[in-house]
Amino acid sequence: MSQTNYIGKALNRVDGPAKVAGTAKYAAEFNVPGLAYGYIVNSPIAKGKITRIDAAEVLALPGVHRVFSHENVPMLAILDRSYKDDVAPGGSPFRPLHDAEIKFSLQPVALVVADTIELARYAASILKIEYEAAPHETDIETKRTKGFEPGRGKTGFTPPPPPRGNPDRELKNAVHSIDQEYVHGTQHHNPMEMFGTTVEYLGEGKLNVYDKTQGALNSQQYIRKVFGLSKEEARVISKYTGGGFGSGLRPQHQLFMAVLAALELKQSVRVTMTRQQMFSFGHRPHTLQTVKLGTNADGTLAAVQHHALHETSQFEDYTENVVNWSGMLYQCANVKLGYQLAKLDVYTPQDMRAPGAATGSFALEVAMDEMAYAAGLDPLDFRIRNYADRDQNLDKPFSSKKLRECYHEGAAKFGWEKRNPAPRSMRQGNMLVGYGMAGGVWDASQQKAGAKVSLSADGMLTVQSATNDIGTGTYTIMTQVAAEYLGLPVEAVDFQLGDTEFPAAPVQGGSWTAASIGTAVKNACEALGEKLLKQAQKMKGSPLEDAKFEDVEFVNGQLRLRLDPGQAVVIRDIVQASGETKMEADATAAPNLLKQQGYSLHAHNAVFVEVQVDEDLGTIHVTRVVNAVAAGRIINPNTARSQVLGSVVWGISMALMEETVMDHQFGRYMNHNYAEYHIPVNADIHDIDVLFVEEEDDIVNPLGVKGIGEVGLLGVAAAITNAVYHATGRRVRELPIMLDKLL
Amino acid sequence: MPETFTTSSGAAANASLPPTRAVKLRINGVEKQLQLAPWTTLLDALREYLDLTGTKKGCDHGQCGACTVLVDGKRINSCLTLAVMKEGADITTIEGLGTEDNLSPLQQAFVDHDAFQCGYCTPGQICSAQGLLNEGKAKTAAEIRELMSGNLCRCGAYSNILSAVQEVLDNQKA
Amino acid sequence: MNSFTYTRAEAVEAAVREKSASDQVKFIAGGTNLLDLMKENIERPTRLIDINHLPLTQIEASPEGGLRLGALATNADTAWHPEVEKRYPLLSQAILAGASPQLRNMATNGGNLFQRTRCYYFYDLATPCNKREPGSGCSAIGGYNRILGILGTSESCIATHPSDMCVALAALAATVRVTGQNGERVVKFEDFHRLPGDTPQFDNTLQPDEIVTAIDLPAEDFSRNFSYLKLRDRTSYAFALVSVAAALQLDGNTIREGRLALGGVAHKPWRDQEAENMLRGQPATEDTFRRVAAKVVENARGYSHNTFKIELAKRAIVRALKQATEGQPVTEAFQNSNP
Ligand SMILES: Cc1cc2nc3c(=O)[nH]c(=O)nc-3n(C[C@H](O)[C@H](O)[C@H](O)COP(=O)(O)OP(=O)(O)OC[C@H]3O[C@@H](n4cnc5c(N)ncnc54)[C@H](O)[C@@H]3O)c2cc1C
Ligand code: SF4
Ligand code: FES
Ligand code: FES
Repeated sequence: MSQTNYIGKALNRVDGPAKVAGTAKYAAEFNVPGLAYGYIVNSPIAKGKITRIDAAEVLALPGVHRVFSHENVPMLAILDRSYKDDVAPGGSPFRPLHDAEIKFSLQPVALVVADTIELARYAASILKIEYEAAPHETDIETKRTKGFEPGRGKTGFTPPPPPRGNPDRELKNAVHSIDQEYVHGTQHHNPMEMFGTTVEYLGEGKLNVYDKTQGALNSQQYIRKVFGLSKEEARVISKYTGGGFGSGLRPQHQLFMAVLAALELKQSVRVTMTRQQMFSFGHRPHTLQTVKLGTNADGTLAAVQHHALHETSQFEDYTENVVNWSGMLYQCANVKLGYQLAKLDVYTPQDMRAPGAATGSFALEVAMDEMAYAAGLDPLDFRIRNYADRDQNLDKPFSSKKLRECYHEGAAKFGWEKRNPAPRSMRQGNMLVGYGMAGGVWDASQQKAGAKVSLSADGMLTVQSATNDIGTGTYTIMTQVAAEYLGLPVEAVDFQLGDTEFPAAPVQGGSWTAASIGTAVKNACEALGEKLLKQAQKMKGSPLEDAKFEDVEFVNGQLRLRLDPGQAVVIRDIVQASGETKMEADATAAPNLLKQQGYSLHAHNAVFVEVQVDEDLGTIHVTRVVNAVAAGRIINPNTARSQVLGSVVWGISMALMEETVMDHQFGRYMNHNYAEYHIPVNADIHDIDVLFVEEEDDIVNPLGVKGIGEVGLLGVAAAITNAVYHATGRRVRELPIMLDKLL
Repeated sequence: MPETFTTSSGAAANASLPPTRAVKLRINGVEKQLQLAPWTTLLDALREYLDLTGTKKGCDHGQCGACTVLVDGKRINSCLTLAVMKEGADITTIEGLGTEDNLSPLQQAFVDHDAFQCGYCTPGQICSAQGLLNEGKAKTAAEIRELMSGNLCRCGAYSNILSAVQEVLDNQKA
Repeated sequence: MNSFTYTRAEAVEAAVREKSASDQVKFIAGGTNLLDLMKENIERPTRLIDINHLPLTQIEASPEGGLRLGALATNADTAWHPEVEKRYPLLSQAILAGASPQLRNMATNGGNLFQRTRCYYFYDLATPCNKREPGSGCSAIGGYNRILGILGTSESCIATHPSDMCVALAALAATVRVTGQNGERVVKFEDFHRLPGDTPQFDNTLQPDEIVTAIDLPAEDFSRNFSYLKLRDRTSYAFALVSVAAALQLDGNTIREGRLALGGVAHKPWRDQEAENMLRGQPATEDTFRRVAAKVVENARGYSHNTFKIELAKRAIVRALKQATEGQPVTEAFQNSNP
């Protein structure tokens, strides 16, 4: 695809007007008639059991419909399997309101349903529940020596490769070496939209379920299995999702609660979580990492060792790829990677933007900076010196890898050459100035997905797929892909998503949506294209009579001969000539494994950061960031840039602010609100420059896209940490770097 | 840690729930008549009783700005005020600033600068920015950043929000 | 949120009379603290008296030649008021360093005095807290106390008063005008809030039937050499870890009169008059400031996670006094941002 009309263009978001006018409707905004409101009650203890629930007073309130708890939930699915969603890790999923046992603090233990949102909230506040507490353990420090290696666990998890070379001996023989521990605490996704589900009761057990999710089909499968519903009975709709970042990959408690209440009460019900309750489910796990590196006299890496231990719940083994990246980002013959979990009385962690890699790249890339200093090398030169041209984990070449260009273009744009390597050597006024850099690698993946296209006689194209748009730009880029392949103006394309009636699509995660749905849309458009050509050839005096599909192109609303564009038919006329009101096609797309199997498929980035640190007070400002990304073809530079801008904000947040603090005495997160769980505000964000390095790749998928939602986060926290070191001479190895760590 | 533990807020159950009464609200220039109990916040009145769901709830505790509306031209957090307290006031929500077919300059600038991703903080950002323009205090980029800091954006669209607001501010000056 | 009734008060006397009926009756002004706490079931009034329609929104000259801030003037209107900006820029700065533009448009001057602590445990009914439930114990002392107090703490409570505005008011030696059933009284700012002692449930010395009608700023001029320095976990929209209100009157390089108050460190805005006395007559040098800073935290006590505040407070005091001396209340382009 050399010349494009829509792909690669900075089109404004097609869902923009609805979002800025306030007409885009999110899950908790479908005000269906006869709606009742559910309010969730949570456990104050981390472990133990419920001994008594006294709902009498609550039920006596006029307008209260029911109090649901383990005492009165009807018989539901029995097997664990039924509670496993598409992306569930290994183990037994938590079942809300299942029994008296308390497994984590803030566990949902009851649902009060009432006529109004205020009454439900009040009634929930006076519900009397007695508990018997049992000793809990929520501190990973107590599990340092008790980690275990998880089984295969959830989809997408790859256990670390076995050691290669002789990592222990080479580390010992290294000219320079480092051995450090890196830590970050628990973090919660906290999308702006709180989890909510509106269940519209249509009668006879039939439901329309408006759910906040990153995968309508995943939610549907979950409620179908748990409540024994048919596909027709449980339609899930999710047109707009107010942020996900992984939190919506698994169905959350409120979905279960809302469906339960609607089925039992035979009434429409809405259940929304409070911001406090947004801390009652998955999170990025508290992780302890050790990295040991050694270099040879020539500055090449002699050995890389990386070990991670993170928390999981008592009931599921959550896994993510934390350490594997350390075996592939740099060239090194001697590598040892280790990965362990520890069980605590907390809820199961859950994928959070660049799961594993955000964590792993923080440790590895800070360690690389430390190593560069120990070896007396510039951190950028050191990385280039150890550039990996081949994925040594898989022992395969990369389908494409433009990380070197990211380094060079990023450094040039940033002005890395102005950096004085000595810590504490640069100042601006009263402020210490530091430059730091880092980078990362992320999977370029594609999942099986479907799409359907339908062209009406008035020339309007409807495209459907059950995928989501959590802010990533799916609506817009799929509109562009369809417009491109059928040569229609974008105004004539209506891309629809978030409905289980549409062709199947995977959850929106892993940065695979553009590749997966994009290829499906392309295939569907081509299938329709072939039909259009056939139909055109039936038209009287068709100039395309003898044309093969390869000979034609769809441009400007016309189907025409590539070599003789004057020979053309108006696409709309073809539909009209067919005698039908519309022409349709559907298609699925799956990765071309045959083509891909010889390659390692990955996106990369390099981040350069300037910080200013107040020497006395320890305050840190990230004043400049350049993030250079090589992620294949960019379908829309507007939305892609926004993804990377957001990732940089996330990196700043991870480096300087975010931490859910657990009080181990209570086994409870204490800053469970938006005032004390800090994420950046506008005043924290200064100049951010996003560069997309050109990268052509026809192996990853026919569109050549690698996904852009996560790669931009990699290395940001490390680059900031490294810049803080450069500014102050202080090496902080535990995130977030709040000012007290610099006093 | 006590062996047994009881929850419930400790409040006495109150069989006599708050009486509802007629409440008149002037929203986007239109008088709305509602029957409300005093415990209904302005935010819930908009979202749950008037189907004006453009105003968002991101925390319900004044911690995010998603619920920002304009009252007599000033931006406030509608989650921390009661609907009954706003009788007689002029309330403007995102729906009152412009429509999909007729966007306000700020709404258009947000689209043009891609100043949002998921869109959930967006109505609050725009109402807040409108309040900022009404106040006339912010002049420089740093001032806009500071005075737009009452609106969290978890998607991290801050740089684009800044350029959108700045564009409208500059156009106003011109 | 529990069930309550609602009335609007039209006159101060009537409001006071209604309020004295029961301790379950509460005034509501901006609502930004009260409704927050009501939704958490921490405050559970059965009746709310809306005082927003009382004629207490004025900002005007006081008979003593200072400025009188009506209790119901909003924080925003106060901060941007020309007289406040001109004569009491320290107050302006402190207000603008707090909360967000939206909240400042709602928050009233009276309400700001009454905002309750942000202690995590106070906010979470699942944990014991003496302030919320006297006698239940203090979870913060042995718990996660990074944001809590280091000065004037007690065995019962180490909470802090979270206001920024009040720190400036303390430094400026404001007085609070209060009306109760027995008439009016004037309370010195340092007597308005209290230390926790063994009754941390009481934040201040206001009587149940009283209402704050105004805050008076004395005529003294601290409009040239002042600084409000707020240190927090992000640049804006966060409570202070430590804040310092510093104001000086200088004769050349000699301090004629100095004012110093801290926020985020104690159960009340922490004005230190001994430290102020130490400033008087001294040269405005870093050396002087260091000595004074050391004095302020002399009796400070850390509780592990918040021990850093002792050192931070010292450095912040020195910086704030330096900025005040230089007549450069801020380090950055915009006055409300962190250094
Ligand atoms: C997310 C968030 C962040 C914040 N950040 C900051 C910050 O950084 N710095 C800061 O200083 N503040 C901050 N605040 C607090 C805010 O400033 C206060 O909530 C506000 O000042 C309270 O004023 P109000 O009028 O809304 O009080 P209300 O909530 O109406 O009342 C609070 C209490 O005062 C009583 N009361 C009110 N007026 C009177 C009166 N005249 N006489 C007697 N009693 C009265 C009420 O009965 C009530 O008990 C923040 C608040 C929130 C929600
Ligand atoms: S410090 Fe005070 S407010 Fe916090 S838990 Fe202890 S008693 Fe409660
Ligand atoms: S919902 Fe009102 S500030 Fe968050
Ligand atoms: S656009 Fe998603 S939170 Fe701002």
